Amino acid sequence: MNDKLIIAGKNYSSRLLVGTGKYKDFAETRTALDASGTEIVTVAIRRTNLGQKADEPNLLDAVPPSEFTYLPNTAGCYTADDAVRTLRLARELLDGHSLVKLEVLGDPQSLYPNVIETLAAAKTLVSEGFQVMVYTSDDPIVAKQLEDIGCVAIMPLASLIGSGMGILNPWNLQLIMERVQVPVIVDAGVGTASDAAIAMELGCDGVLMNTAIAGAKNPVMMASAMKKAVEAGREAYLAGRMPKKLYSASPSSPTAGIISSTRS
Amino acid sequence: MITVSINGETRQFPQSISIAALIEEMGLTGKRIALERNGEIVPRSTFADQQLADGDRLEVVVAVGGG
Repeated sequence: MNDKLIIAGKNYSSRLLVGTGKYKDFAETRTALDASGTEIVTVAIRRTNLGQKADEPNLLDAVPPSEFTYLPNTAGCYTADDAVRTLRLARELLDGHSLVKLEVLGDPQSLYPNVIETLAAAKTLVSEGFQVMVYTSDDPIVAKQLEDIGCVAIMPLASLIGSGMGILNPWNLQLIMERVQVPVIVDAGVGTASDAAIAMELGCDGVLMNTAIAGAKNPVMMASAMKKAVEAGREAYLAGRMPKKLYSASPSSPTAGIISSTRS
Repeated sequence: MITVSINGETRQFPQSISIAALIEEMGLTGKRIALERNGEIVPRSTFADQQLADGDRLEVVVAVGGG
């Protein structure tokens, strides 16, 4: 089946995007990423530890940018300025790489997006040539505004980051998909495989997750489950589900040729 | 003597040194890093040419695991 996810003109076979945070070590990170089948991985940009040992393990060695498409994020940024600075550093760090994940948060308790700052940062980044995949609320009007600015993917939350609460408002996700032409990727809130499948069945173009995998008792097995869930949900969406028929049962077996009762 | 801030920590040097020398002193030569000086990106290719000045604020970053 030739069913590719296309982001900023580039084709991807996997519709599962995976974060690289919160794993036990880099070996587990790598094994989980491989089990998930993901091609796009998010990374964070942080200050170097000034006392860092030269031989300290490095994410870029375990997860080489030659094998995965990196999506540097702005996690932890609360202003447009900090997000833009972080991604300029990311572009320098990754040799001119321009595909980025913008997220500007509102407060540390909810990690809910600050859409005012997000819109401002998106404008600046697009004008500087970044290809911006943007984390946002599930507000369909803001989603459309972000597309109009030139973002290459809209990534609404399904529920709060790291909450594992699943898809709380499928109707808003559908409103976004009706309005937006670029890929819509559910980012945040997925807790288990069925959540990912539901997102894909709704018609989302992909799912991005981190804690659902890294926070599972067995992250590698959960990564495999998520791969299957995203594929199953996508196929179910493309196959077109049967209509729901409340109070209208329909037998699956033939109604003719049933043996008759021996009692009359 | 010059005083600079590196990742929020104050450091003093007897005299101005190049950014390349600073990176070497930090044990980061050859590492995948990016550097911002007073809010502006410093391309890696120019590290050897740029001298630290008193009051500079530097941010030196790496890629780490994140969602």
